[in-house]
Amino acid sequence: MDRFLFLTFDGLSRGAVYAAFALALVLIWRATRIVNFAQGAMAVATAYVGYSVADATGSYWLGFAVAVLAGLLLGAGVERVVMRFVDHSSPLNGVVVALGLVLIIQGVLGMIYGNEFRPAEAPFSRDAFNIGGVALLSRYDVFVFAAVGAVVVLLTLLFTRTPTGLRMRAAAFAPDVSRLLGVPVGGMLTLGWALAAAVGSLAGMLVIPTELGLHPTAMDVLFISAFTAAVLGGLDSPIGAVIGGLIVGLVLSYISGYLGATVAPMAVLALLVVVLLGRPDGLFARSKARTA
Amino acid sequence: MTALKDRVTARMVAPASRRRLNPYLVVAVGAALVVALTYTLPPFRTYQLATIGAYLCVTAGLTVLTGLNGQLSLGHGALMATGAYTLALWQNKFNLLAVGIVVAMLVTTAAGLIIGLAAARLRGPYLAGLTLAVAVVVPSITSTFDETFNSDQGLSVVLNPPPESMTVEQWQAWLCWAGALVTVLALALITRGRFGRDMRAVRDDETAAKLAGISIARTQVWTFVISAACAGLGGALFAVLAQSVSPGAFPLTLSLFLLMAIVIGGLGRLSGALIGAFLLVALPALAHEIGEASGSQRLEGNLALTFFGVVLVVVMLAAPGGLASLRVPRSWRPSHTTRKKKH
Repeated sequence: MDRFLFLTFDGLSRGAVYAAFALALVLIWRATRIVNFAQGAMAVATAYVGYSVADATGSYWLGFAVAVLAGLLLGAGVERVVMRFVDHSSPLNGVVVALGLVLIIQGVLGMIYGNEFRPAEAPFSRDAFNIGGVALLSRYDVFVFAAVGAVVVLLTLLFTRTPTGLRMRAAAFAPDVSRLLGVPVGGMLTLGWALAAAVGSLAGMLVIPTELGLHPTAMDVLFISAFTAAVLGGLDSPIGAVIGGLIVGLVLSYISGYLGATVAPMAVLALLVVVLLGRPDGLFARSKARTA
Repeated sequence: MTALKDRVTARMVAPASRRRLNPYLVVAVGAALVVALTYTLPPFRTYQLATIGAYLCVTAGLTVLTGLNGQLSLGHGALMATGAYTLALWQNKFNLLAVGIVVAMLVTTAAGLIIGLAAARLRGPYLAGLTLAVAVVVPSITSTFDETFNSDQGLSVVLNPPPESMTVEQWQAWLCWAGALVTVLALALITRGRFGRDMRAVRDDETAAKLAGISIARTQVWTFVISAACAGLGGALFAVLAQSVSPGAFPLTLSLFLLMAIVIGGLGRLSGALIGAFLLVALPALAHEIGEASGSQRLEGNLALTFFGVVLVVVMLAAPGGLASLRVPRSWRPSHTTRKKKH
């Protein structure tokens, strides 16, 4: 029972990161109907920048802020320079371009930082507190929950309470009408990509200390988990992404806790297959189309 | 009016005027060329030639799947790994190469059938995500069942020495190109026939294809299975070339490289698959030389990675049909200008 409780909290903590990352995927999918397969590589790139700054200045928080800021810039840059010019006549094109970006980012990171794992320090202790004799949560888990919770709240406020959020939603759902009404649709797309990449960077900064460390391919498996979470939530639904992330986190935590950590990647694949074949529209999506 | 007639006739003439090569002839010439090259090239170049042959098996199968049937697979690196590991396990037990290659193809075909059955129900980014997951996860299976697959170290492949009259590299090149040419011939014949037409019909318009009596799911699954068999053959040949298999040889980037190879040569073209296979060998070799010249180890592998990525993005943005599609656009042709004059 103690182990079950521990695994539950561990799963929720992992799930929070998957939720943030899935949220980034959903933001871009809603705005452009592209699944950003480069999200993982972009997050790793900004994490490298963040940890370089943290190493140089000795301040983790400065590095954290720089990583998120770098995410904003990288997201905006990718949209302005590359994604804007993708020919949307075939849905394959956006995917292929994003995969090209993965190769570029991984290659450049390898050239600058090398292809070995670099240790990444967590800002808080990862030792779990004992509550009533049961090890449940570490300080770091609390920090993860707080950070992801803040992101979810801020994004919700942005999209539902501000004029900018309204314009972004309008630009995503009815670009032509929005343009006629004076919404700068292109600018809104750039802003959407920038926000999504910043959220992805935050998720990257949160997850990298809990894994093996910084590596150009560090986010590959995480990307699959987050993609599974996003599909489980329906790709179109931010709330779905958060709940999907938590579910995926719990499932993976139980499986790696009870069956061994090496089974976890296969469990992700199995989960993805089950979701895609069982509920391809996700648990929460209202739209029927999955062809886009 | 005349302009319209010109355009209509131009359309009708176009397919005929694009000379269709006889596939048997192409394969015969290719075989002769490979044999000639194996007797003239130095051993290392012959080895590279063999590698091109092994890649060609995979790229040819993948370009048919993606280009002609519209299914994007990022899982072909994993399918190659399936073929390679099957061959390694078989060789270490029975040491019968010819049967081993067939068994590797059969096992990979079975794996491809499973993925293909799932893939037929999925479209666009969903299919890409699923196959991406396959590519990321399958190499990690070697750690899960480490008694069989020996984890990250991988397995060595037992091989008999080649016939005495040949060097190892010559024998490898002959073997790989025999596989590649048979693959290309089979694919050329399949894609020209009725099944090829079904594949294209499904890619272009599923509703119309269905109305014409084509089973969408069956066409997609069969195409995936054929493509998987090619990937299994390629993987088995890679195991023979390297004389070992390890998960590190089949990372996600391999699948992305394969994608780059078919995109750059023009999706759906077997000639494009050849260009792609050549570049998959030539560019890393070039990057290796640049890396050695600059004395930086970090540059070596990553330069090729970056270059492939840039090529993929630039080709997709500038010429989604691939290099082979870079012809004079229709709007520049005389027929169009005559029409404009009339207005």
